[in-house]
Amino acid sequence: MSRIELKAVRKDFGNLGVINGVDLDILDGGFTVFVGPSGCGKSTLLRLIAGLEDLTSGQVLIDGRDVTELGPAQRELAMVFQSYALYPHMSVRNNIGFPLKMAKQPEDMIEAKVRKAAETLNLTAYLDRRPGQLSGGQRQRVAIGRAIVREPKAFLFDEPLSNLDAALRVQMRLEIMQLHKSLGATMVYVTHDQVEAMTMADRIVVLNQGRIEQVGSPLELYDHPKTLFVAGFIGSPKMNFISGSVAARYGAATIGIRPEHIQLGASDGGFTGTIRIAEHLGSDTFIHAESPELGSITVRATGNIEASPGTALALGFEASRVHRFDAQGVALK
Amino acid sequence: MARQTSPQRKLIVTLIAWTIGILMFWPILWTILTSFKTEQDAVLMPQLFSTGWTFENFGIVQERSDYLRFAMNSIILAFGSTLLGLVFAIPAAWSMAFSPSKRTKDTLLWMLSTKMMPPVGALLPIYLIFKDYHWIDQHIPVLVIMFMLNLPLVIWMLFTYFKEIPVDILEASRMDGAGVWQELTRVLAPMALPGIASTFLLNVILAWNEAFWTLKLTDVHAAPLTVFIASYSSPEGLFWAKLSAASTMAIAPILILGWFSQKQLVRGLTFGAVK
Amino acid sequence: MATRHSQGIARLAVAPAVIVLFLWMIVPLVMTIYFSFLRYNLLNPDMDGWAGFSNFYYFITDESFPGAVFNTLALVATVIVASVAGGLGLALLLDQPFWGRGIVRLLVISPFFIMPTVSALVWKNLLMNPIYGLFAFLQQLVGITPLDWFAKVPLLSVAIIASWQWLPFSALIILTALQSLDEEQKDASAMDGARALSYFRYIVLPHLARPITVVILIETIFLLNIFAEIYVTSVGGLAGNLTYLVYFQGLLNFDIGEASAGGLIAVVLANLVSIFLVRIIGRNLEI
Ligand SMILES: Nc1ncnc2c1ncn2[C@@H]1O[C@H](COP(=O)(O)OP(=O)(O)O)[C@@H](O)[C@H]1O
Ligand SMILES: [Mg+2]
Repeated sequence: MSRIELKAVRKDFGNLGVINGVDLDILDGGFTVFVGPSGCGKSTLLRLIAGLEDLTSGQVLIDGRDVTELGPAQRELAMVFQSYALYPHMSVRNNIGFPLKMAKQPEDMIEAKVRKAAETLNLTAYLDRRPGQLSGGQRQRVAIGRAIVREPKAFLFDEPLSNLDAALRVQMRLEIMQLHKSLGATMVYVTHDQVEAMTMADRIVVLNQGRIEQVGSPLELYDHPKTLFVAGFIGSPKMNFISGSVAARYGAATIGIRPEHIQLGASDGGFTGTIRIAEHLGSDTFIHAESPELGSITVRATGNIEASPGTALALGFEASRVHRFDAQGVALK
Repeated sequence: MARQTSPQRKLIVTLIAWTIGILMFWPILWTILTSFKTEQDAVLMPQLFSTGWTFENFGIVQERSDYLRFAMNSIILAFGSTLLGLVFAIPAAWSMAFSPSKRTKDTLLWMLSTKMMPPVGALLPIYLIFKDYHWIDQHIPVLVIMFMLNLPLVIWMLFTYFKEIPVDILEASRMDGAGVWQELTRVLAPMALPGIASTFLLNVILAWNEAFWTLKLTDVHAAPLTVFIASYSSPEGLFWAKLSAASTMAIAPILILGWFSQKQLVRGLTFGAVK
Repeated sequence: MATRHSQGIARLAVAPAVIVLFLWMIVPLVMTIYFSFLRYNLLNPDMDGWAGFSNFYYFITDESFPGAVFNTLALVATVIVASVAGGLGLALLLDQPFWGRGIVRLLVISPFFIMPTVSALVWKNLLMNPIYGLFAFLQQLVGITPLDWFAKVPLLSVAIIASWQWLPFSALIILTALQSLDEEQKDASAMDGARALSYFRYIVLPHLARPITVVILIETIFLLNIFAEIYVTSVGGLAGNLTYLVYFQGLLNFDIGEASAGGLIAVVLANLVSIFLVRIIGRNLEI
C-alpha cells in the first residue's frame, strides 16, 4: 500500500518523445486507470513505474523514496502483463510461488501463501497443471495470483483483460475490483477501453501523445471534460461536436453534446434532421441522423423506439449539458 | 489438403515414395551390408547378402588404423568445438534477442557473412601459423578453428530460438525479484533448453563431417574420422569390405544423431529465412 | 527490456563473440592479401620481396586456371540444377499422404549426414568402380559396356556424388515450405475453383520462390568450396576446382604467394554470391 509520485517524467526512444513530461500523484490505496488511444504511451508510463525502462529525465518516487535508479526487482511492485507472461515450464504452484522463492522465503511459508492465493482465485484444483493446460481466464488468475502472494507495494496491470472474450472480461473486471476492495492495495491499471476505465477506476488519467490530458474521477471526466480530446474519448457513443455558426451562438469555437443529452421531438431551440440509420439495442436506440444545421449527429434514446430511415426529426439540446470549447480545444467555463 | 485421398492413390504414392527413398538410401545400405561380407563376397556382384556374415572387418579396421583413436578425436573436436561455441554464443544470442540495439541486425548479418568466406581465403595464413607454432595435429588449436568456423551458425540458431521466447516472461521474472543470474538460469534456460539442445546436435553433426580444415591441419594424433576415411582413398588389394566397415563406423553415430535432429536442420541452415 | 543496466550487460555479452569472429575474419584475410603481393615460396627461401601483381598474373595464366574456373562453375551449376529439380519433385511427393512417411523421410534425408570423405569413397569404389562396382554390374546386365566413371567423366562423377549429398537438403527445405502453406489458402483456392495445376502454378510456386532462392544461394556457397570429394577421389588433376588449385599451389607446390592470390580470387567469387544471400536473409529478419 503505497503512494507513487511521478515528477516531470520524460521518456524518449531515440529521438521520438514518447512520454513528454508527466507529473502525477497516484494515491495510496486507490484504483488509478491510465486510459488513452493505442500508442499514446500508457504501457511505457507503466513500465517506467515498474523500472522496466529507464527514464530519460524526471523522477519516480514510491512512498516518498526516490526509486528512479532502482531496478524492477528492488521496487517491490507486482505487474500483470497483457500476455500474462506465465513461466511455461513451471506448474501453477511454482508460478505463483516464484516471487516468494526469489525473496528466499521458507518453503512451508511459500506453500501456505500459494494455497491461500489459490483459494482466493479458485485455482486450488489446478495447482499442479502447467500454464499451457489452462484456459485464458485461468491463466489470467494465475498471473494475478503471482502478483498478490508477495504483498507488493502496488499492483500494475497492463491491459490484462484484452485477450479474454467479452463475457469473461466482465467477470474478471468484477473480480479485480473485488480484489482491490479486499486488499485495499494501490492499483494502477492500463487500458485503451474507456468503458473499462469508467467502470473500474476511482481516478482516471487520460493520456494523449505522451501527455496527461486530464485527471479525475469517472464522473468528473464525463461531466466536465477539460479538453475536446477527453470529451471525445470518454463516453459511448461518442460526444457530438459542432462548430461554425451554431457554436458561435453559444460563444464557443466548438460545442459538444452527448447523444444522451439530445431530446427528440423538442421544438424549442430546435434543430431538424433526417434519420439515416438506427441501431436497436433493446434498452436504448442509437439514431444516426443528418441535420442541415448540425451535420451528422448521433442521438441516444431510451427504450426501443420506432425510427425508420428517412423520417424527419426535431432535435433539442439540454442547455446545461452543452460543453463549450475554444479554438485550442480547451473547455470554456 | 483436407480432402480424403483414395486408397488406390495412396497405395501408388506409397510405392513410388518407398522406391525413391530406398534408392536414395541405397549407397548407405549397400555400404553397411558390405561391411559384414568377406572381401571375396564384397566384389561378387549380384550378391545382396553375404554367404557368411562376418564381423572381422571391424576388428581389422580397428587394428589397422586404430579406429577408436580417430573416433575419440572426432568426439573431442565435434563436441568440444560445439560446447565452446555455445559458451560464446549463448550470451551473444541472449543479448541480441532480448536487448537489441540499432546495430543488432547489422551485427547478425555480418556474423553470417563470415560464414560465407571461402576457406581457401584463410587457408595459407592459418596453415603457416599452425606450422610455425607446431600446432598441426594438436587438438586444441584445431578445435579452436572448428569453433570459429561454426560460431556464426550457433549464434544464429540460438538467436532464432530465443526470439520465440516472449520478452514479457523475462520482464515478469524481473518484477518478481529475479536478478540477472536467476533470470538466466531459472527462467530463460529451461525455456531455451530444447533450442539449445537442437543447436548443439546440429553443430555436432556439421563439425563431425567437416572435411576441409581437418584434412589440412591434422594428420594422426588429433585427426578425426574424416581423415581416417581419407586414408582409405588409395586401394590396396581387396579392401572394400574393410572400407565399408570403416565407413559404417565413421557414419553410424552421426547418422543416428542426424535422424533425431532433422527437424531443426532446416531452421539452422537457412538462418531463419525459411520458416 | 531496456534499462541502462541491462543494455550494458547486453553489450558486454556480445563482445566476446564479435571479437572472435572479427579476428577470425580479418587476420587471415589481411595476411592472405599481404602474401598475395609477396614472392614467397617455402621450397625456395631465397625468393623474397614484393611481387606486385605477378602472383595474380601467374595464377590466372596457369594452364589449369581456365579449367579450374570452368570446373568450379560447372560443378555448382550441375549440382544446383539437379538438387533443386530433384528436391522439388521429392518434396511434392513427400507432401502427399502415404504409408510410412516418417521412415521414407528419414531414408531420404540420410545422405546429408554422411561425411564427404565417406560418400566420395563409397561412390567411387562400391558404386562406380568399372569392374566390381554396382553400376558396372547393372550396365552389364542391360548389355552396355561399363563406364569408367572417374577416368572418363570425372567432373560428372563428382557432380553426381555432390548432388546425392545435397538433394536431401533442398528437398527438406522445400518440403518445410510446402507444409507451411496455409491450409486456409488451400481451401480458399479450392473454393475459387482452382484446379490442381493452376493451384500449383499460382499458389505453390510463388510460395516456394523464396525457399528455393535460399537453397540455391546456400548450396552455391558450399559448392564453390567443395574439396573433400575431389581430394579423396584423386580427380584433382582432371576435375579440380579453384579450391583444389589453391590447395595444390599452396600446400603441394608450396608457392604461398601464388596460392594466396588464388585464394583472393575465390573470396571475390564467393562474395558476389553472398551479397545476394545476406540481402535476402536481412530482408526477412525482424529484430
Ligand atoms: N522499445 C521501444 N522502442 C521504440 N519505440 C517504442 C518502444 N516502446 C514503445 N515505443 C513507442 O512508443 C509509443 C507508445 O507506446 P506504448 O507505451 O506501448 O503505447 P500504448 O501502451 O499506449 O499503446 C508507440 O509509438 C511505440 O511505437
Ligand atoms: Mg500498451
